[in-house]
Amino acid sequence: MGFECPVPIQDYDTVTLAHGGGGKVTHRLIEQVLVPALDNPALRELHDGAVVRWEHGALAFSTDSYVINPPFFPGGDIGLLAVNGTVNDLAMCGARPRYLSLAFILEEGFLLKDLWRIVVSIREACQALELSVVTGDTKVVERGKGDGIFINTTGIGERLPGAEISPRKIAPGDKLLLSGPIAEHGIAIMSVREGLKFETDLESDTVALWPLVEAMLNRAGRQIHALRDATRGGVASVLNEMATAGGVGVVLDESAVPVNESVKGGCELLGLDPLYVANEGRFVAFVAADAAEEVLAVMREHPLGRESCLVGEVVAEHARVVRLRSRFGGSRVLDMMSGEQLPRIC
Amino acid sequence: MRYVDEYRDPRAARRLVAEIRRTATKPRQIMEVCGGQTHTLIRYGIDELLSGAVDLIHGPGCPVCVTPLEKIDRALAVASRPRVVFATFGDMVRVPGSDGDLLRAKARGADVRIVYSPTDALALAEKHPDREVVFFAVGFETTAPANAMSVWMADKKGIENFSILVSHVRVPPAIRIIMDDPYSQVQGFIAPGHVCSIMGYREYEELAREYDVPFVVAGFEPLDLLQGLLMLVELMEEDRAVTRNQYTRSVRPDGNPQAKKIMNEVFEICGMTWRGIGPIAESGLRLRDRFAHYDAERRFDVESVKAEEPAACIAGAVLQGKKKPHECEAFGKECTPEHPLGAPMVSTEGACSAYYAFRKFEDVDHGV
Amino acid sequence: MCLGVPGKVLEVTHTELGITGGKVEFGGVVKEVNLSYTPEVEPGQYVIVHVGFSISTLDEDEAQQVFRYLKEIGELEGLDAAGGED
Repeated sequence: MGFECPVPIQDYDTVTLAHGGGGKVTHRLIEQVLVPALDNPALRELHDGAVVRWEHGALAFSTDSYVINPPFFPGGDIGLLAVNGTVNDLAMCGARPRYLSLAFILEEGFLLKDLWRIVVSIREACQALELSVVTGDTKVVERGKGDGIFINTTGIGERLPGAEISPRKIAPGDKLLLSGPIAEHGIAIMSVREGLKFETDLESDTVALWPLVEAMLNRAGRQIHALRDATRGGVASVLNEMATAGGVGVVLDESAVPVNESVKGGCELLGLDPLYVANEGRFVAFVAADAAEEVLAVMREHPLGRESCLVGEVVAEHARVVRLRSRFGGSRVLDMMSGEQLPRIC
Repeated sequence: MRYVDEYRDPRAARRLVAEIRRTATKPRQIMEVCGGQTHTLIRYGIDELLSGAVDLIHGPGCPVCVTPLEKIDRALAVASRPRVVFATFGDMVRVPGSDGDLLRAKARGADVRIVYSPTDALALAEKHPDREVVFFAVGFETTAPANAMSVWMADKKGIENFSILVSHVRVPPAIRIIMDDPYSQVQGFIAPGHVCSIMGYREYEELAREYDVPFVVAGFEPLDLLQGLLMLVELMEEDRAVTRNQYTRSVRPDGNPQAKKIMNEVFEICGMTWRGIGPIAESGLRLRDRFAHYDAERRFDVESVKAEEPAACIAGAVLQGKKKPHECEAFGKECTPEHPLGAPMVSTEGACSAYYAFRKFEDVDHGV
Repeated sequence: MCLGVPGKVLEVTHTELGITGGKVEFGGVVKEVNLSYTPEVEPGQYVIVHVGFSISTLDEDEAQQVFRYLKEIGELEGLDAAGGED
């Protein structure tokens, strides 16, 4: 099917201040580049806001901004991240993603062909989930005042009936499930940053998790107490957040947490602890003890969850503290990360 | 990962712990010199597993921690100069100077970049001929050959827009300071395995004879340290003040001749002030005259600022093994990784940071 | 201090200026490493790498010494088997 790149028909090959001006140049960008890529009835209205039908139950609502540099990396790009990230936040609420808003802040000089690549990524990600971008915005800032491209996506979704997800539901005895090997995204990004380059291409794990979450909710409904994707700060930080929000203690079994060999090599080389490295397509689930085995089976049956595993449990002791059961048999406190984890030589 | 995973085997570790406990007829005071070794011992709970048999005193082997305050201040001054690209290892960016750290300087507009290797910094100089690239050359003898090579290569290639800010320290003089202290409790040393991979261990044989204490050169994985501690306890039981090598897969008695050669071509020994400890004779390295034009402090004519450390910081006592981090009044309160008063709380291998990160379960304040 | 990681040498190149460089693999990740301090190393051998430089060639026979010792004191039975002591 002819889905041609319309950039050559533009008068410019880079983003200019005129593109953000609101005049003809802006309209050409929207009508000839953005709308055709993301096409749907609401977007075609090109009105200030979108009005959509809502016949579903509870509405889930989430927003996130994406500033990653470099914008293109092994395993994806900022556009893909912008869709997956917000879809996953909705999924963590037990909600099927329905509509997205999409806002760009572009730096003067950003290549239009790069913008096109990103828009195509967004289009493909949305199509795969039957998700529509129904409204958006484009602004341009002067050269030097942005980092190429920033994206904000806000998503609304319909919470599945039977989903009742909240940290307050986490209870002692709950089992902790992890959806796959960790630290891939963070290491992938570091490995392409100047000064740290690896020769090997380690791919980001960015992926839209809704289909996996849906399968889990359909099987176990209310017995899934809480979900959280382990983005910035890694698994360790997320578990701390949940322990605090739920007012419970969490125990994590160090040897149960999967880390792929190359990621482990990258972490060793840079002196990083995988438990604190960012993920984009992994989440933890707090599940009622008697449903845990079944939920784990459902996860493993799904293509997105083949490497899921049981990694810990919730306890009544040491409320709000995460304890790591080390492979040596002892245990230590697994604290929240302080600041940003940096590569080290010592 | 080969040559890593097998050295972390829990069963083997437990066996070595049992053997150490069986061998020590009384509690032994042992100092592990290197911060990386401290990190492993605390992370894997080895200090706990050996309590009663071995009392571990953490040594000053954290080059980040001992970098003098004025070197940090000079680094901050240079980083803030126009056109400068300041390249550094990640370890240094949160070490507090008199007025903030490199991360804060970056937030204020300095071009501070984290690199993995000194050759990455040199590559930046080649890539940006219109900028002045300065590399913060910090470390013990382990890192000196790499830092030396960056200058050596710059010289051979005629790269002029590159310089290094040197803060190198040597281990043996620090051991003398510790042993010269009449109140020292140290009865034996675990010597640093990667420093010795470069330098060999002849200097430690000399120290063993001079101070009548045993040394064992050990690696960094749990089994390395446990085996090293076992070897050291055995020597102490036999009352033998000699030097042994546990890390034989990497350390040779005379070290690495090629590395020493370039190191000696580029650097010479000088006196150095260790943060928290004070001046130690012959304990540092500086660029030789032939390479002096690569010295960033000279090139940027940076004035040193005499500043005072926060009074509450007892880094010196901790680095010399006289106090443990949790014995400091500010530990975990005014002094945390987010708001450090001194370097050992920031550096990943500083004793204070290791204690804080891996703090024992029982110390945690519940329900606050 | 001194994060030194063992890696397998894949390729060795001798450049201008007499610098030896190469590609070293760390559990699946390959990185360019300066091998000037282990100039005689060959592909297939292991080196210990610190800040992008090899600081020593890993002696594979010596690497086994701690396991030989453990065997001597009678501990390696069951080390590779599933199960065993908790």
